[in-house]
Amino acid sequence: MTHLTLTRRGLGAVALALGAPSVARAQSGVFRIGLILPMTGPFASTGRQIEAAVRAYLRQHGESFGGRRVEILLRDDTGTQPDVTRRLAQELVVRERVKALAGFGLTPLALAAAPIATEAKVPMVVMAAATSIIPSRSPFILRTSFTLPQATKPMAQWAARNGIRSAVTMVTDYAPGLDAEKAFKEQFTADGGQVTAELRTPLRNPDYAPFLQRVRDAAPQGLFIFVPSGEGAAVMKQFAERGLAQAGVRPIGTGDVLDDDILNDMGDPVLGMVTAHHYSAAHDSAENRAFLEAFRGIAPNARPNFMAAGGYDGVHLIAEMLKRTGGSDDGEKLVAAAKGLSWTSPRGPVTIEADTRDIRQDMYIRRAERRDGQIWNIEFDTIAQVRPNI
Amino acid sequence: MRALLHGLPWVAAVGAYFAFPEFLPLLSGIAIAALFALSLDILVGYAGVVTLGHAAFFGLGAYTAGILAQQGWGEPISGLLLAMGAAALLGAVTAPLVLRAGDLAGLMVTLGISLMLYEAANKAAFVTGGADGLQGVEVWPVLGIWRFDLWGRTAYLYSLAVLFLLFLLAMLIVRSPFGLSLRGIRGNARRAAALGVPVKRRLAAAYAIAAAYAGAAGALLAQTTQFASLDALSFQRSAEGLLMLVLGGLGSLYGALLGATAFTLAHHALSEASPQFWQFWFGVALVVVALAGRGGLVGLGRRLLRR
Repeated sequence: MTHLTLTRRGLGAVALALGAPSVARAQSGVFRIGLILPMTGPFASTGRQIEAAVRAYLRQHGESFGGRRVEILLRDDTGTQPDVTRRLAQELVVRERVKALAGFGLTPLALAAAPIATEAKVPMVVMAAATSIIPSRSPFILRTSFTLPQATKPMAQWAARNGIRSAVTMVTDYAPGLDAEKAFKEQFTADGGQVTAELRTPLRNPDYAPFLQRVRDAAPQGLFIFVPSGEGAAVMKQFAERGLAQAGVRPIGTGDVLDDDILNDMGDPVLGMVTAHHYSAAHDSAENRAFLEAFRGIAPNARPNFMAAGGYDGVHLIAEMLKRTGGSDDGEKLVAAAKGLSWTSPRGPVTIEADTRDIRQDMYIRRAERRDGQIWNIEFDTIAQVRPNI
Repeated sequence: MRALLHGLPWVAAVGAYFAFPEFLPLLSGIAIAALFALSLDILVGYAGVVTLGHAAFFGLGAYTAGILAQQGWGEPISGLLLAMGAAALLGAVTAPLVLRAGDLAGLMVTLGISLMLYEAANKAAFVTGGADGLQGVEVWPVLGIWRFDLWGRTAYLYSLAVLFLLFLLAMLIVRSPFGLSLRGIRGNARRAAALGVPVKRRLAAAYAIAAAYAGAAGALLAQTTQFASLDALSFQRSAEGLLMLVLGGLGSLYGALLGATAFTLAHHALSEASPQFWQFWFGVALVVVALAGRGGLVGLGRRLLRR
């Protein structure tokens, strides 16, 4: 009897937990978007930022585009389990009938979900993951974040022109980190600099102290850093404690390190650090002010970072796709409508390139400075319209 | 009557295929988790060898099947068997290390081996894809007929069939003289030895069998999702397997099935209802079940029936 009762109970639980199926989904007015983000685990800040930005956009612009009301279905993939991301994408497409997938906090997660987008023929808007190869993995991928070479090459150029002749790179050991390492070396050596050591830190549970000790021993003029969003605080704390600044090592990096979300709490050690990136909350434009205000309406105590900008632009892209197709469900039409689209984002002018489906945008060289009691990345140089695959 | 009872979970599992056609990816996840819990049950529940590193075999199975398919041999059944073989081999090789050390130290050895394997897979990015996961896995249709579809129909039926066959085999194993001797060893190893049971050899065999089962579960995951990542080797995977087993009830094969089903469904329902705070509620649920039902869900059911 045991098995009988328990199995029945189990099935009852399935029905209860999963709710009434397809009846409510038949109406055509709603356009469902599956938003898959790391909402728990080490990369939860990425998920929180993007979710808040998406909600901010919808509050600011209304929820209907091209005659369709959009509905967001949020799912947590914990940031470290690509097979979960993939399963969630599959479930969203098959069961919830979403007509677009969005989010994707880290490269492995985006790569795992790419085949689902191809097979289901739904647009997949990558709002965060930044390895260059991602859009090549499915003709349905569009990207609104950035690529690492895009941010790294301007940084290398600036370093070579500003008195840094030797540098060590320290990157997280996964696809975007390796992307950044390669791009930095290419550009930096082309500009006459020399990379004396290339260090790779593990993606999970990293301890930066021993790596930074090795940097101190190598004593380069500059240290180029890439770590995923949220990890920068730990690196810069160790950087200060190991006395690298006193040893004459200048830290530079992609903006991931001085992520706006945590920048203010990183304190004095980061003041003066120069990074290159596509978005700073301190960017001076009407679009950015409107974005900041909308974001504050959703998350009063947080400052939006570049992840939020990617989420905000990602949902804008979906909205434009809907407007241009008159609210189509057809994935191929939606993607076609996105190709070549240009608009002014909170970060500045951007374009979704028709051939790569990737984003072309301005890159800024910024210096961390204290203004009105808070630390900001203040932009002081602009490299206009950098292509994603430079 | 008894035969009917044994048949019921399987009828329910096949019924679920028709009743919940939109939940097939989740259902295959349950079948795979159940196979992994079954593997742990043979080892922990029957042989009494505790482990914290069972994911090593799961991951090895996943990467074996995944890499085979990626390198051009995508035939699922032979891939599954090879993955089981590889995992069993690793189990047989490491069993003496684990058993030699004794209970608590043996636990550390299992943990150590799984950590080593994790880091090896992380560093050998040219084979495994490292932290980015194994890309480009292409699995051929099952028996050359059923291809793995977006809806997950083939994935579920294939996983369920493998689970069913291996469950039958497990039932034969635990009821055989070999299985009885394992229970004897768990009850009192010294007395079993005094009775002439070759304790170490029996436990090593159980270890290798459990490893093969875990390898099969890993291979199923890699084949049905056409993907493998480091997560398959993670400590969390080992711990979740143990949780499922304790939740369902140790030392009864149906306990493993029940535990895996309940665990995966609760995980799914809670993380969907509250994407940000689900882990808290999940913890609450685990504590409550652990306190309310000693002997897991199976024990709880038995006590309810007796009343």
